[in-house]
Amino acid sequence: MSTFLLLTITGLGLGAMYFLIASGLSLIYGLMGVLNFAHGVFITVTGYTLWFTESKLGGVPVLPRFLIAALVGLVVGTVFAALVELVLIRPLYGRHIEQVLVTVGVALAVTALVTAIWGSDARVVAAPAWVGDTTTIFGAHIPNDRWLEIAAAAVVLFALEAFLRRTRYGLIVRAGVENRSMVTALGIDVRRSFTLVFAIGGLAAGIAAVLYTLYSTTVDPQQGTSLVIFAFIVVVIGGLGSIRGTAWAAVIVGLVQQYANYYASSGLGDLSVVLLLGIVLIARPSGLSRSFA
Amino acid sequence: VKRFAVPAAIVVALAFLPKLTVDIPYLFQESLNTPGTLELLALCLLFGGLALSYDLLFGFTGLLSFGHALYFAVGVYVAAIAMTSWHWSFWQSVLFTALVGFLLAVVLGAVSLRVSGIAFAMVTLAFAQAGSILALKDPYGWTGGEEGFGVDYHKLPAWTVGILNTKHLYWIALAYAAAVFAIVRFAINSSPGHVWQAIRENELRVQVLGLKPYSYKLMSFVLASLLATAGGVVYLLLVGGASTEVTTASFTLTLLLMVVIGGTGSRWGAMIGGILYTYANQRLSDLSSSHAVSQLPSILRTPLQQPLFILGVLFILVVFFVPGGLTRIGQVGLRLDRILRRPATREETA
Repeated sequence: MSTFLLLTITGLGLGAMYFLIASGLSLIYGLMGVLNFAHGVFITVTGYTLWFTESKLGGVPVLPRFLIAALVGLVVGTVFAALVELVLIRPLYGRHIEQVLVTVGVALAVTALVTAIWGSDARVVAAPAWVGDTTTIFGAHIPNDRWLEIAAAAVVLFALEAFLRRTRYGLIVRAGVENRSMVTALGIDVRRSFTLVFAIGGLAAGIAAVLYTLYSTTVDPQQGTSLVIFAFIVVVIGGLGSIRGTAWAAVIVGLVQQYANYYASSGLGDLSVVLLLGIVLIARPSGLSRSFA
Repeated sequence: VKRFAVPAAIVVALAFLPKLTVDIPYLFQESLNTPGTLELLALCLLFGGLALSYDLLFGFTGLLSFGHALYFAVGVYVAAIAMTSWHWSFWQSVLFTALVGFLLAVVLGAVSLRVSGIAFAMVTLAFAQAGSILALKDPYGWTGGEEGFGVDYHKLPAWTVGILNTKHLYWIALAYAAAVFAIVRFAINSSPGHVWQAIRENELRVQVLGLKPYSYKLMSFVLASLLATAGGVVYLLLVGGASTEVTTASFTLTLLLMVVIGGTGSRWGAMIGGILYTYANQRLSDLSSSHAVSQLPSILRTPLQQPLFILGVLFILVVFFVPGGLTRIGQVGLRLDRILRRPATREETA
């Protein structure tokens, strides 16, 4: 029982991480029709900024040092995401394939640049000690970072929903996902919200990056790419452009991956997620969102 | 006659390269007939052919796949496993590999083509990722996990083994590139080929005309995948082993880079893109360790150590300024004009 509980909480934590990455991907795709391959690079940029800032703050105690570094990382990651949209995506509006290609180029070039400057080996990040401890619930020893992941994802989900449902900009974004030409026809420059959506996506991915460095206590150039591939799967299963569908799909994928990795065999979890994707596509080609939305 | 004469003449001319002892300074480190240069050229030709097989999907049928590496990896891994772990003979292994490549392409193609556009791209990526995980997981000790494994060279034809036989490998790669070129040319001029290009331009219209795009897309997918599997076998001969690097999503992305840099939807464009990319990738690695570069200040030297950084930037520049690829560079002026005036695009005025 305690193992099952541990697996469930860990799976939810993993799902929370996937949700943080996939929500941005899903919003960007829904609004702009762009599959953002550079999303993994947002994670890399935040992670490396965090590590770099931390390494420059030698004398400061661990907790404030990590918090400052995380904050700097999030700001830099968000600004980077907005800049990618402004400088590289904006001139190619309306040409979706070219936009996807440019994000592929950014992903490869930035990863290569980071590898060139800091090497391909993982760099160690000092995380506050509390995060590495466990909390015991019903006999299950659960690492504390899992709670942080779940809490962060819940806050982001809540904030995104509030933003999309309660604010004027959220209304424009939702209407843009539904029918972009119509929004433009009503005299609203929907393109202005594109940068905003990219910044939100970059921020959410950055939060995932901070949580991931807490979990692994390292940063390396490839970790963004490997996380993003599962986020892609989550986006497709959830249905492109739907935040709630993405949240459900993230939870399902995280749980399936954990259970299969433990009860079947290690590595099988990743394969069963792909299998799940195949099943969903055969049964429901547009993703799960219609049943949840 | 003229249409066939030019490619044929180029193939014949390339076939005589290993007989030349000419030294081309800067371009190659050693003279043309040395094994080192021939291996580089063979890799270039192989990737030229592979890039063209990818362009059959992307440039000619309009299918953006992120999983082409899977079928290439099937060629490398299945053939190598059959020879090394199951001790099959070379030709048995090759036949079996072709069968596996064909069946896998039919099944996975049938599933992934249920969705289109970007969703198709993600689904193919996911399936390729499954292949990558499988290779990493080392089932039954067949794939050698992260390090990969060397093929049992006793099973390979004797005339392909050893450094002295590099020229034979070069000819195999040349034959592969020429075969892909001929097959793609035949395929896109056939009547399904015309439908592929019509699907690329306007799928709805193809449907309205009473044709089923699904089966035509599947046909293109299977053909492109089979050509990639064949390329995988050639790669196995060239390199002599299998490693997980050929299974990754990044591998497919490099194919995309090759095709876009050279020029999509054009046989020469994709092939030249593949050749140029492979050449630049290899030579930039050599260059970064050379004396001239180590003298540079670190801000210039560091990016030069990663060819993928330079090629990625080149790729972005090509997407922005030379949308037809380097082989259509004549249209650049026209394009710059359009960017500067930045008109409302079709999609947004619609």
